[in-house]
Amino acid sequence: MPKDSGIGASSKRREDVRFLTGAGNYTDDINVHGQAYVHFLRSDIAHGRIKSIDTSAAEAMPGVVKVFTGKDFEGVGGMPCGWEVTDKHGAPMQEPPHPILAQGKVRHVGDPIAAVVADSLEQARDAAEAIDLDIEVLPAVMNMKTAAQDGATLVHDDLKNNICYDWQLGETDDAKVDEVFANAAHVTTLDLVNNRLVANPMEPRVAVGEYKPGTGDYTLFTTSQNPHVIRLLMCAFVLGLPEHKVRVVAPDVGGGFGTKIFHYAEEAFCTFAAKACNRPVKWTSSRSEAFMSDAHGRDHVSKIELALDADNNFIGLRTNTYANLGAYLSTFSSSVPTWLHGTLMAGNYKTPVIQVNVKAMFTNTVPVDAYRGAGRPEATYQLERVVDKAARELGVDPIALRRQNFITQFPYDTPVALTYDTGDYNGTMDKLEVAADLAGFAARRAESEANGKLRGLGINCYIEACGIAPSNIVGMLGARAGLYDAATVRVNATGSISVMVGAHSHGQGHETAFPQVVADMIGIDESMVEIVHGDTSKIPFGMGTYGSRSLAVCGSAMVKATEKVIEKAKKIAAHLLEAAEADIELKDGQFSVAGTDKSVAWGDVTLTAYVPHNYPLEVEPGLEETAFYDPANFTYPAGAYACEVEVDPETGQVTVEAFNAADDFGNIVNPMIVDGQVHGGIGQGIGQALLENCAYDEKGQLLSASFMDYAMPRADDVPFYGVDHSSQTPCTHNPLGVKGCGEAGAIGSPPAVVNAVLDALNSGGKAVDHIDMPMSPSRVWAAMNS
Amino acid sequence: MYNFEFEKPSTVADAVSALGGEDAQALGGGQTLIPTLKQRLAAPSTLVSLGGIPDIQGVCIEDDGSVAIGGATIHATVASEAAGSYPALAALAGQIGDPAVRNRGTIGGSLANNDPAACYPAGALGSGATIITNTRQIAADDFFEGLFSTALEEGEIITTVNFPVPQAASYQKFLQPASRFALVGVYLARFADGVRVAVTGASEDGVFRWSEAEEALNKEFRQDALTGLSINPANMIADLHGSKAYRAHLVSVMTKRAIEACM
Repeated sequence: MPKDSGIGASSKRREDVRFLTGAGNYTDDINVHGQAYVHFLRSDIAHGRIKSIDTSAAEAMPGVVKVFTGKDFEGVGGMPCGWEVTDKHGAPMQEPPHPILAQGKVRHVGDPIAAVVADSLEQARDAAEAIDLDIEVLPAVMNMKTAAQDGATLVHDDLKNNICYDWQLGETDDAKVDEVFANAAHVTTLDLVNNRLVANPMEPRVAVGEYKPGTGDYTLFTTSQNPHVIRLLMCAFVLGLPEHKVRVVAPDVGGGFGTKIFHYAEEAFCTFAAKACNRPVKWTSSRSEAFMSDAHGRDHVSKIELALDADNNFIGLRTNTYANLGAYLSTFSSSVPTWLHGTLMAGNYKTPVIQVNVKAMFTNTVPVDAYRGAGRPEATYQLERVVDKAARELGVDPIALRRQNFITQFPYDTPVALTYDTGDYNGTMDKLEVAADLAGFAARRAESEANGKLRGLGINCYIEACGIAPSNIVGMLGARAGLYDAATVRVNATGSISVMVGAHSHGQGHETAFPQVVADMIGIDESMVEIVHGDTSKIPFGMGTYGSRSLAVCGSAMVKATEKVIEKAKKIAAHLLEAAEADIELKDGQFSVAGTDKSVAWGDVTLTAYVPHNYPLEVEPGLEETAFYDPANFTYPAGAYACEVEVDPETGQVTVEAFNAADDFGNIVNPMIVDGQVHGGIGQGIGQALLENCAYDEKGQLLSASFMDYAMPRADDVPFYGVDHSSQTPCTHNPLGVKGCGEAGAIGSPPAVVNAVLDALNSGGKAVDHIDMPMSPSRVWAAMNS
Repeated sequence: MYNFEFEKPSTVADAVSALGGEDAQALGGGQTLIPTLKQRLAAPSTLVSLGGIPDIQGVCIEDDGSVAIGGATIHATVASEAAGSYPALAALAGQIGDPAVRNRGTIGGSLANNDPAACYPAGALGSGATIITNTRQIAADDFFEGLFSTALEEGEIITTVNFPVPQAASYQKFLQPASRFALVGVYLARFADGVRVAVTGASEDGVFRWSEAEEALNKEFRQDALTGLSINPANMIADLHGSKAYRAHLVSVMTKRAIEACM
């Protein structure tokens, strides 16, 4: 029986009322009295040496308040990187400066060179056109493999080469790995590209900086997934401000997908300029700016090798990846190809020997950082493509090959640093086989063929590591931040509850799901509980929302804080009921004495906490508790996906005919929201697999710089999804037993789509081993006619 | 966007007069021009909107059975009002862009812009339409002169586009996945006196007639009429979305599908 409230109920998203009626309050809706507008003059050259910048004409233009260049930020900190990766020789990564405005060189198309603050945006743009630039064009560093060679043009002149780090995980003894491969009965090898993506949230980035000279207080309104992280980074590393004088507000945010995690130069600029100009300063990114200034995602070039024994057991895996970091280190960029990627290379399989090698490269492109899945899609794509190719080469059923190699005993220590606490990969695959009606595929293929189409079935398994933690371990791995979260449960006098959370909701539905948990624990109506998020002046220090962590980490903090509240409320109830605290039970919003009919309502206890006339003297008045929660381990959602495609053999056009997902997310608070998260993730994954392609030419010009050339998935590009999350092995180490569901769809779907297309082509008699994403009609046709 | 003056005349004569000013620019539905202005890639002194002239709006059937469409008629109107009189053209209009585009963009604006991947140039050339301006009548065969280039003079306004209605016609559009313009679009129209095949999206010279296919179809209108015919890829467009060879191939596939639709 589905529940109609509390944990497990598909409560309708309360935030949708304002989102769907145009009543949201986004950063661009915020206008501060007297604000000026900034326009950034951005480089149209990928790589160049700045010879001179003459701003005198611009400064004399109407409405101009001030013109800034890199010189104005000498002595100010640069944009920081939050994760120090140590390379395989023990050396720290190369970490070049990342100034707010370019100093000395421009390093990608879109690199901000100057900023004009003016009374109006159009005046700022007019004045920016009057800035006289002399930039010596240098060769653009675009190809990662040539960039890694000795003597290559340097993106950063002060670094020894373009390699940020040369990193390794897993088996360090090359000879041992070589031996495994030498003794293998079969080796499958695959070269592949994980295509560069632009996140393109519906709301572009916006920042409004405000400074109050009377108090010396700053406020930054910004489109962020994690306002406390922005405040910490900006105060401690960039502008050198005390945190108590800085408030960061991330109000309604129209989608993040990772790209709004990072601390961006425009945020620091608006905060800095608000004081320098003594005016609030507002910046709203245009969509064109977003393409060349929002951190991009993915962009890995990999070679993967899988060794199997004579019984088709996986015995060894080796990968070599070039990971593009772009021109500068974005906030968490260094962690994505390493600890969020290499650690996932075991996947769902008990491969005993794994070696992961990653060279992270500087190039003259937009910085690359976390995008929905962040490293885990890249790992899954490599692994599941090579497993599928192995099945085809060996002539075995791709599901049987996977099942044979599944990890079945938990906890399981992988050769790449993780301990999976729980899972049931065969059980999840069983669910998929039923939900996707795999038994009926042959008939569907025959029907497609009768219509002149090729039909393919693609299978994919994934595991992800969510709620990255614990802080002491990630600190050893190079994280420069803790990865806990926090919640304050403030019970109001008449029993309603405000929960201040460190997580930030920008599409995830926290405003609905989080109250379901608290209301369920107390036994009151969900409408009595509301969360407060996105404002550092209101919420405890939390790390925000990314990596499918919010419910698993911040939700756990909320549970802990609620438990403290209930514990205290029981003391008050015991006093009111003249009973022992140990005998007090809380159910359906009533405190009762066990075994009696004596009870007192939640609202009477909360009122007593604030009007403590008849009150236990040893208990403090009030009812408000805070908890910080640092997880003991990652959570490990896992799943099995099936995609069916049709390919038009005349045009190469791929249509996704069916997509079924069977996920194990552990316990689930709101099944409808989980469905929606999976739907969105699959949509983005289908977008990567078939449509999205962030492409540069050899001179570093962005070819896909608008929606005219960057293909976002539309509603008619995707089918109705089948989503099954009835396979549930609860997380063993957090109080809710939840695992996180935000990224699964984007991780699990690209290989399923690609495997399906290749199955279709091979079924048509064309032996095609691989086609790089996006599998556009042109590429598919070319592969069929190669 | 740079500042500009804005005029919205209610007669063609007033529009022509307004367009006589230096750097004045006609504004149809603005589906190309407005984004261009927002990116500061154009700086007209005056925008002369053609959207307030009742005489150049709407769809009607002339005495000779041809379909006359006012130059300022939006795509959505053509999609609905020409559906009975010229279904293939109405279908073309109904596939342009999205509902927002179809309710702003106009036939005159599309033809005057002559984007090499736009749909209407194929419809007009494939139908052998006549483009009627404030000063003259121009046969479609003489109108399209290459990428974004037409026979229109400065300040000349498309008032009506007159489409003879063929016995059968079909527009086969293969979508460019991002813009949903035509990666290749083929408009085939079968008249009593011959077949016309117009191709958009494919050529570096813009919309063109595939005369070899027309000749073959004029000999015999059958599904395999194209056997042995192919388009030379040399002057096809190559970009992120398709190679020259792919576009040349698609021209054949889309033409074949248009033939099938007209059988």
